[in-house]
Amino acid sequence: MLNPKLKLNPKIFNSDVEQIPIRKGFGQGLLMAGERDERVVGLCADLTESTQMNLFADRFPDRFVQVGVAEQNLVTVASGMAAMGKIPFCSSYAMFSPGRNWEQIRTTISYNDRKVIVVGSHAGVSVGPDGGTHQALEDIALMRVMPNMDVVSPCDAIEAKKATLELVKTKKPAYLRLAREKTPIITTEETPFSVGKAEIYWMPDVGLAEVGIIATGALLYRAILVAKELEKEGIKIKVMNLPSIKSIDTEAIITLAKECKKIVTVEEHQVAGGMGSAVAEVLAQNFPVPVEFVGVQDKFGQSGTPDELIEHYGVDESAIKKAVGKLLSRR
Amino acid sequence: MLLTEEKIKELAKKANDIRISIIEMLVEAGSGHTAGPLGMADIFTLFYFHVLRHDPKNPSWEGRDRLVLSNGHIAPVFYAAMAHAGYFPVEELKTLRKLGSRLQGHPHREYMTWLENSSGPLGSGLSQAAGMALADKIDKKDKDRFIYCFMSDGEMNEGNTWEAVMLAGKHKLRNLIAIVDRNNIQIEGFTEDVMPLEPFHAKWKSFNWHVIEVSGHDFRALNEVIEEAQDIFEEPTVIIAHTIPGKGVKEFERDYKWHGKPPSKQEGEMALKELRNTRY
Repeated sequence: MLNPKLKLNPKIFNSDVEQIPIRKGFGQGLLMAGERDERVVGLCADLTESTQMNLFADRFPDRFVQVGVAEQNLVTVASGMAAMGKIPFCSSYAMFSPGRNWEQIRTTISYNDRKVIVVGSHAGVSVGPDGGTHQALEDIALMRVMPNMDVVSPCDAIEAKKATLELVKTKKPAYLRLAREKTPIITTEETPFSVGKAEIYWMPDVGLAEVGIIATGALLYRAILVAKELEKEGIKIKVMNLPSIKSIDTEAIITLAKECKKIVTVEEHQVAGGMGSAVAEVLAQNFPVPVEFVGVQDKFGQSGTPDELIEHYGVDESAIKKAVGKLLSRR
Repeated sequence: MLLTEEKIKELAKKANDIRISIIEMLVEAGSGHTAGPLGMADIFTLFYFHVLRHDPKNPSWEGRDRLVLSNGHIAPVFYAAMAHAGYFPVEELKTLRKLGSRLQGHPHREYMTWLENSSGPLGSGLSQAAGMALADKIDKKDKDRFIYCFMSDGEMNEGNTWEAVMLAGKHKLRNLIAIVDRNNIQIEGFTEDVMPLEPFHAKWKSFNWHVIEVSGHDFRALNEVIEEAQDIFEEPTVIIAHTIPGKGVKEFERDYKWHGKPPSKQEGEMALKELRNTRY
């Protein structure tokens, strides 16, 4: 069942579940953040509408900087603005920022300890027809390896809005990962969210779970669908939403591993260096259990519809089910 | 503020002391850059002892001018100027590049919290300075202080630099003043052989900057063009400061081999002898 404490979307399993792009939540969140705190400024590299920064730019034209197609400048100018007390959000496609400007983020934001929020939209293969050049599958790895940097990957538009608002208040620089396509709404305004915290979204009605699935981003929805389906087959699953890949909720991950003794991680990212790797690092040091990694297996993306690509690259429901099956067959 | 003959003499003496410190630091460290720091010693001296609004005893004072050092590898002259200006004890200069020292090989604000930026990787300083000037523009503080950015000519190879040049011109960042150390060398040779920058003046001009050229060793002329830059209201200003790499030590001057290496103990002694015998 859905965790009743979290006040998740009761219509989540309806066929007409509301679907909104995660990036829209960021756009709304940034507008609200701008209204609440005048230190908030927005910078964009010629993708204001795509990254949904246009809401902020239209409302606060004097606090918006259009840097043009120049991602290196995007983050370094933001660093300078942060040095003068601003709280800059800078947005582009994840492939270009942090893809193209990684060293600038490292030196002028992370090493320099300037609080800038780097917003990478259009992450994952679900970008679709634009193809492999535009599908960031390495950004989590790039950003979580960086000291003094939080990495947040929201599961739906509402969580993205909350994350945006919360990232204004945290101390560290951060990377906020967003997706392009419409995705089902999992949470509600009342669902708790804080950076660094993971929550169990799906749990058995009674008793302990046999497998724990940890998912991040939009694929969380598919993980919950799988858990619900397996429940009918008598398999008890817990599904954890892990939006904060760094700072990671070590305690929650260990607690889940202690209960289930088997973990599946699910992400729209390369398996190497991604969220699953971060979870495995926690488990290997604290409570080693078998882990199956659902993610992209050392491949680049290509053109196709989002659903076709999710299936082709093995991050869909059947892949999650297979991973659960593989773990269960190990007993 | 006008420079008197007496003040100029005082600055020349101070610059020479800073050059002596640079040689001592580099010999002690056994690594680091020689040519750039010696070449920029006059400009740093003019700034730290005349131009900058700053308070060495309260270095994070909010009303200060901002000095963004983009080419962090000239750290020895930066540290020496700060130490001689009273930011920290001159003796500490000898810890350059040593484990646990505040004087990192390239400046880092984790260890010197008053620095405007940590730097080293080339090409990002002007963007950071532009970001500071943009913030001042938003806050309507761009008449209250100046944002200076010291940069090298070598880092004009970087795309990031030109992105900043474009943006500053677009936003007419009036309190932004860039000073390019036009010493014509970079690590592997003369700039015009490695990657030609000329027509350098025209490049900046075409990006809507006010462009001034000056000798980087003439205190009076430098001071005048800085005042001109401060007076320009409609555009950001770049001062192309023509400097002699290795300036002050004949053996090191105008030779790109001295870009990235320190003097040996013997070479250091020779250089110190020459500098200590300089008369004004």
